[in-house]
Amino acid sequence: MPDEARILLGHGSGGRLYRDLVHDVFLAHFDDPVLARLDDAAALVSPGRIAFTTDAHVVQPLVFPGGDIGRLAVAGTVNDLATAAARPIGLAAAFVIEEGFEIARLQAICESMAATAAEAPVAIVTGDTKVVQRGAADGLFITTTGVGEITVDHEVSAAATAAGDELLLSGSLGDHALAVLAARGDFRFTLDVRSDCAPLWGLVETALAAGGEALHFMRDPTRGGLATVLAELAEEAHLGIEIDEETLPVSAAVRSACDLLGYDPLSLANEGKMVFAVARRRAADVLGALRGRPEGARAARIGTLTTDHPGRVALRTRYGTRRVVDMPVGELLPRIC
Amino acid sequence: MTAPGSADADRVARLAVALAGVARGERTYMEVCGTHTMAVSRFGLRDLLPPGVRLVSGPGCPVCVTAVGDLDVVVALARLPGVVIATFGDLVRVPSSRSSLARERAAGADVRVVYSPADAVELAAAEPDRQFVLAGIGFETTAPTVAGALLLARERGLANFSVLSLHKTMPGALRALLDSGESRIDGFILPGHVSVVTGSDCYRFLPDEYGIGGVVAGFEADDVLEALVMLARQRRPAIEIGYRRAVTAAGNRVAQQLLARVFEPCDAVWRGLGAIPGSGLRLSDEFREYATEERFAVDAGTPVEPAGCRCGEVLRGLIDPPQCALFGRRCTPETPVGACMVSSEGSCAAHYRYRAIDADVGDAANRVEPPGAATDAGTGDAATHGPAAADA
Repeated sequence: MPDEARILLGHGSGGRLYRDLVHDVFLAHFDDPVLARLDDAAALVSPGRIAFTTDAHVVQPLVFPGGDIGRLAVAGTVNDLATAAARPIGLAAAFVIEEGFEIARLQAICESMAATAAEAPVAIVTGDTKVVQRGAADGLFITTTGVGEITVDHEVSAAATAAGDELLLSGSLGDHALAVLAARGDFRFTLDVRSDCAPLWGLVETALAAGGEALHFMRDPTRGGLATVLAELAEEAHLGIEIDEETLPVSAAVRSACDLLGYDPLSLANEGKMVFAVARRRAADVLGALRGRPEGARAARIGTLTTDHPGRVALRTRYGTRRVVDMPVGELLPRIC
Repeated sequence: MTAPGSADADRVARLAVALAGVARGERTYMEVCGTHTMAVSRFGLRDLLPPGVRLVSGPGCPVCVTAVGDLDVVVALARLPGVVIATFGDLVRVPSSRSSLARERAAGADVRVVYSPADAVELAAAEPDRQFVLAGIGFETTAPTVAGALLLARERGLANFSVLSLHKTMPGALRALLDSGESRIDGFILPGHVSVVTGSDCYRFLPDEYGIGGVVAGFEADDVLEALVMLARQRRPAIEIGYRRAVTAAGNRVAQQLLARVFEPCDAVWRGLGAIPGSGLRLSDEFREYATEERFAVDAGTPVEPAGCRCGEVLRGLIDPPQCALFGRRCTPETPVGACMVSSEGSCAAHYRYRAIDADVGDAANRVEPPGAATDAGTGDAATHGPAAADA
């Protein structure tokens, strides 16, 4: 790459610089026959019911322990598809790049995207790039859009849940949010926490195989954390939720940092976790299957759905007392994903 | 370091039984400190209190007791060109008479959230062309860190850093509370963090002059229950320390000397308590040049308390937050009317966030999204399309 290896406004012009960028960066990393045709739209074969989702990523800083904006952009969309029991078929990636951005950094982020896509697995089949003048964007924003094939015939949604369903969580809470905040230099102490950012289709496929039609609901507790997922589920399902504080997986480092900073692990963002509601008869099977995979090694049964107090989430503390779990408020932690 | 909620569950259960054994009749105890308020609610400790024992919150949440008029001054300063307001996060969302720092920021003001006062000094050093005003709130716990930041700023010769000192000291507030004659308090759970600095001797006037005992407590579930047991066991009012791992009678002399050098007492206005002589801290003569009021004169207008808001009565322990008609209805953490619903240490926020499961606050129906909050619309993360979805 010429021109001091930085993104210039010309890279977004659609002319020769743009072609060079596409070939040297995007095609070099996202090795896919559909993408390589460079058509304006990718042609995919639709096997049946389709899930379709999109997610914009504006995390700051771009690289943090355990991940980067590229890994996040792929995992975020793959996981949203997975909540609909959809196997990812193809991703579109749109890059908004600030003039002056080092191309070596872009290369590294694209390499990470490619590795995450291979892990999912999913192909990046189409994309777009825009360059904006210096100051008009903070480095790099990536929007990914995904299409997936729904692999089950039964409904997987809040409406499909029933009283008595068990709630499972695939692993520990709060790692992503605190890893990003620590990488931002916001803390005056060091924090040994890595983001959990990971694509979860493999884990979800395993859970579906173990749970079958008894797996009623899945959602990834990203912004707003577990508290938001549960509060939304209770409202949408018109059921109450009981969770047990002692069963919630939280690492010692996250717990201590939350204590210092006044955060609640229940409200912190995760990027590699999934919440499942499963009919009681199959809950142990699904939990066992989750624990058999590395992403689910710390999976736990965290609570149940009930006809009591519909629309509300109750937490039983380790002291046997009970209280409500509410959605967090406002701009708790901006630009975390 | 131990994490919150790490207290031994059996010990908590034993203390709850002990409290039931020693508690006699109707007793109202005040937890003075906002961190205690939050701990009581988060651990659900009210469930463990015997009938007759009531806990009320006191004036120990720094954001909550900051007067509306002082907030108006901060807002007016934020509007000055070239001025940056550095503040702790909670203050940003507290409504002032006609605005809030969050609104000012959306309208273009430069408001930065810092985690420690020293961060504000670093910001000022990095941007010498802007004037940084640290909105200094808090009690004897926070004031020494602001004093440290001032020493740092002077050492580095920063001419673009100043402190709007809204700091307050706790003993005077308790005296004012008791002098008002409205509050019926049988004992105080005294602030653990503040007392690390001040020591416990400064509370001797409570038993000596008012005949009311107090226990300095830590912030775990067992700390709070143990303090209640100690209070219930007191035959004659006294000041005791339950938080012996951190607090002594004399306190931290180094921090006290730093406070005495950088600050001097002044009169202060408290939300809910009004003007209390000698209960504030302003910069001493030696550091007066760093006082924001020496650099900028602003007209903040006449303070207006929010209509219907009963924060004042909450801060005096006269009512529980749910007794306010606005609580959980017009006033929620998303759309706060009063400061006590904003601060993470505020009594209203603690009661709301960690309310009992059967509490009537009309929550789901009245929930309002905060302005500008970007949330996924709809109910799911992925839309589904196809024949089966169309059938559904």
